[in-house]
Amino acid sequence: MVFNLFDWVQVFLHFAAVSLLAVGGAVTVIPEMHRHIVVQSNWITDSQFSASIAIAQSAPGPNILVIAMFGWYIGVNSVVGVYQQYIWGIIGMLIAMIGVMLPSSFLAYSTAKWVRAHQNTDYVIAFKQGLAPMVIGAILATSWIISAASDDLMNDWPLWLCTSTTVLLIWKTQIHILLLLAIGAGLGVFGVI
Amino acid sequence: MTKSPHSRSELFWAFTWLALQGFGGVLPVAQRELVEKRAWYSEQEFLEEWAVAQVMPGPNIVNLAIIYGSRYFGFSGALTAVAGMLLFPLLVLIVIAILSLNYGDQPLVTGALRGMGAVAAGLIAGTSLKLAKALRVHPLGYGVSVVIAATCFVLVAWVRIPLIYTLLTLGILSIYLTYRKVRLNGL
Repeated sequence: MVFNLFDWVQVFLHFAAVSLLAVGGAVTVIPEMHRHIVVQSNWITDSQFSASIAIAQSAPGPNILVIAMFGWYIGVNSVVGVYQQYIWGIIGMLIAMIGVMLPSSFLAYSTAKWVRAHQNTDYVIAFKQGLAPMVIGAILATSWIISAASDDLMNDWPLWLCTSTTVLLIWKTQIHILLLLAIGAGLGVFGVI
Repeated sequence: MTKSPHSRSELFWAFTWLALQGFGGVLPVAQRELVEKRAWYSEQEFLEEWAVAQVMPGPNIVNLAIIYGSRYFGFSGALTAVAGMLLFPLLVLIVIAILSLNYGDQPLVTGALRGMGAVAAGLIAGTSLKLAKALRVHPLGYGVSVVIAATCFVLVAWVRIPLIYTLLTLGILSIYLTYRKVRLNGL
């Protein structure tokens, strides 16, 4: 599929809309994005979509980088020729990332200013404190949803064991996070999990 | 007693460093670096600002960078923190993306990803349990706030209600209960 300027404007607008829908992070809008960029618009294929999630998970940095990978594949698909694919892949990354960050960032910036200006009022104290237990539940739920993809307990129990051991270690000790990830990668490479 | 960043470049490199350690999510590293190592946040402050960052639309950790960066250096601080969070990870991602066009199907690679994914899920859950410590000083009391957290978990993880609806119901109830308590205590 060959892209023109109008197509790229549509890509930008899609990610800008996603930006304002993504309450609770990028994970929450994955199904909606799949519907739009794979099923409706055919910008990327199903396997590119799954690859985007896997690559973004394996790379260091915020989970929102999954959007950069969608942009990458949209760019790669929009041209032929290896070097053109690299260049448009990078341009696609930037368009998608700017689209997904711009609206929400302005909102976050103005909210932050407002919250700081009113930080000692009952409303703001109650807002922040009232949400605190909610986000603890929500973060735990994110972890559960990621793990629940491996729902075949007969075969996946070593994964669950690995995840629960990590929970205990991170909660109760000061062990280095990168060390834990390296051990996980090692166990995966040798086929233990 | 909490500390604060001295310059924009300190802010930039702090966020770069934590982003580059964040495999499968930056929250666990952000908590470790900003609270435990640098003491830029107390546990309670971190939880409160994370709460605002998470209920706002958009990527949570980018929102946190904006909230934190703008606190000390205004608009340019927000830009600095976001740039720190994204610049180097994007460069790394470009390299990985190019490599994966060529080597993505190697079983060693998929094995390593599987193992790291399992650890990443554990890191996130472990961090939420750590953050729960800050609920001990919650206006509603430890017991009530833990019940709210557990209910939120069940609704989102097991019943699979999207977070936005959970926030609009249970979240607003929680804010309302806290508001009544805060006013009563005259805090």
